[in-house]
Amino acid sequence: MMERKVELKVVNLKKYFPVQKSFLERLLSGKIEYVQAVNRISFEVRRGEVFGLVGESGCGKTTTGRLITRLIEPTEGKIIFKGEDVTFIQGERLREFRKYVQIIFQNPYASLNPRMRIGEATAHPLEIHGIATGERKKKMVFEMLEKVGLEPAKKFYDLYPFELSGGQRQRVAIARAMILNPELVVADEPISMIDVSLRAKILELMLMLKEERNLTYVFITHDLAVAKYISDWIGIMYLGEIVEIGRKEQIFSTPYHPYTKALLSAIPVPDPKREKKDIKLKGEVPSSINPPSGCRFHPRCSFAKDKCSNLKPSLKMVDKDHYVACHLY
Amino acid sequence: MKNLLTIQDLRVYYYLREGAVRAVDGVSFFMKRGETVGLVGESGSGKSTLGLSILKLVSSPGKIVSGKILFNGNDIAGWNEKKMRLLRGSRISMVFQDPMTSLNPLMRIEEHLVETIRTHQKIPKAEAKKKASLLLNEVGIPPERGGDYPHQFSGGMRQRIGIALAIALNPDLLIADEFTSSLDVIVQFQILNLMKKLKASHQMGLIFISHDISLVSEIADRIALMYAGQIVEFAPADIFFSEPLHPYSEGLLNSVPNIELSDQKLNYIPGMPPDLVRPPDGCRFYPRCPYGEDICRRKEPPLVQIEKEHMVKCFRYDGKKSRT
Repeated sequence: MMERKVELKVVNLKKYFPVQKSFLERLLSGKIEYVQAVNRISFEVRRGEVFGLVGESGCGKTTTGRLITRLIEPTEGKIIFKGEDVTFIQGERLREFRKYVQIIFQNPYASLNPRMRIGEATAHPLEIHGIATGERKKKMVFEMLEKVGLEPAKKFYDLYPFELSGGQRQRVAIARAMILNPELVVADEPISMIDVSLRAKILELMLMLKEERNLTYVFITHDLAVAKYISDWIGIMYLGEIVEIGRKEQIFSTPYHPYTKALLSAIPVPDPKREKKDIKLKGEVPSSINPPSGCRFHPRCSFAKDKCSNLKPSLKMVDKDHYVACHLY
Repeated sequence: MKNLLTIQDLRVYYYLREGAVRAVDGVSFFMKRGETVGLVGESGSGKSTLGLSILKLVSSPGKIVSGKILFNGNDIAGWNEKKMRLLRGSRISMVFQDPMTSLNPLMRIEEHLVETIRTHQKIPKAEAKKKASLLLNEVGIPPERGGDYPHQFSGGMRQRIGIALAIALNPDLLIADEFTSSLDVIVQFQILNLMKKLKASHQMGLIFISHDISLVSEIADRIALMYAGQIVEFAPADIFFSEPLHPYSEGLLNSVPNIELSDQKLNYIPGMPPDLVRPPDGCRFYPRCPYGEDICRRKEPPLVQIEKEHMVKCFRYDGKKSRT
């Protein structure tokens, strides 16, 4: 297979949020603390592929999505989109960038303006970017609504979000993200708030649009089973860092990192006859304000050695395309 | 073996201005002592209302309209509040999704446990304290943390506290409503294992309410699948997952991604659940059913027994496993 072009490259990306403290606390302690949400992560996403970014709550996956789409400013690092450094672009260039890079949020009950009709909400990006007006705009919106399965589009055009189900709202969010014909779409837990029986429909729609338009996705999820279904590549995040990256088949058939292994064995499988696995993992995810030294996973890891608490492991290649950050390898 | 719980034709409606929402509408199932029933359904299917009804905790405008709740052979559906209070917490107890909302933020967790124990058992405070620390140990919390307040614990630890409170009086039946839904997958796995262990050591029946059919498969002996206020299939868990009969069961199982499978083809069920104020006349699943026939639109299918302990509410089955 020919190597596809790199669409997005993230290099040593870092985002620290200062912890808000009261005036008195600041006077007394005198130092500012930071939530180390994303700590020097690097990865590449190739054109037409789906990169699944997987991790538990608080691991920094949503922050990463917001950084890539330039909704927040990184503390350090680089975001390179189609060869161009877009880390700190502003003004007209940033506006242009947004035409190519869109985001779909988790909660379709919060991401749509309740006072805007579906048609207006979907048309909004066209207006902002001055792409179409009047009848042409309306026609584009109708086409897009039909594409995401909101038919008849004429009817949906005039409805308000409260008149739609969660699944339908998420389709509006997809329509709105896709109407500008973007190249890269970041989808942040797009199906986690949708009823189980309808989730596959949204995934199918996203895959259909990807095939049709040769789109690139960064698919953020906590659910490895969903990631397995939709992704070509998977990156596993733990406490702000990427601990393992590989092709989907590699992550599921030969996981290396102890955390990846634990995650895989903890996932419930709809088969009561399956042999139950055990995981040896201590405690819960620590705070990212004062994360553990060395490997951030070491306090919970049953294979931890002395080295793990002092020295941070870097991502090393274990197989072609397969990288892991662990001193065991 | 006698049944621990038998529900017969239970109906629980919420009376709103628009009309009665038939949240639970003619539900029947049973469970034996020490068993786990996985009560599965999507949002709005009535599973939480059913769980609350067993404790008679459905609050106004909700009301148990008719039906029987036989617990240890007694029909508690008609019991008054005073009698129910003796039952709640001691014989039947409940754990919720977020224990933070069910714990008093100003009370140390040990006080919570002591209060729960002493409400039902007239024992000296010192003895109750001793029991409390044993309980904490049992659920995996160091007893010396008994003096801490709820906010000082992580999500998983709080859920352990919720469990300690629920099992404090050795109930016969525990109802757990989406109780691991706010936890991350690894912590969820740990809590589920703890629950399995406690269930065995306390010989407790468990009603495990969840929207997550994969999760339920890890713990349930029987599955009760709800759709639009009704149980559409009730079956031993291994049979349910290997040979689902109801079209909704089949559709739901085909829409769940399974990490053990590669190149899985996912399906979805078209349409949406019906409005429970004015549900369809016939089968409630008919508008979304790929096998629907004329009779399904006109008549409500009965819950028929297919095999011993396997029931399905669908005209395709006529007391036999083979389709009619």
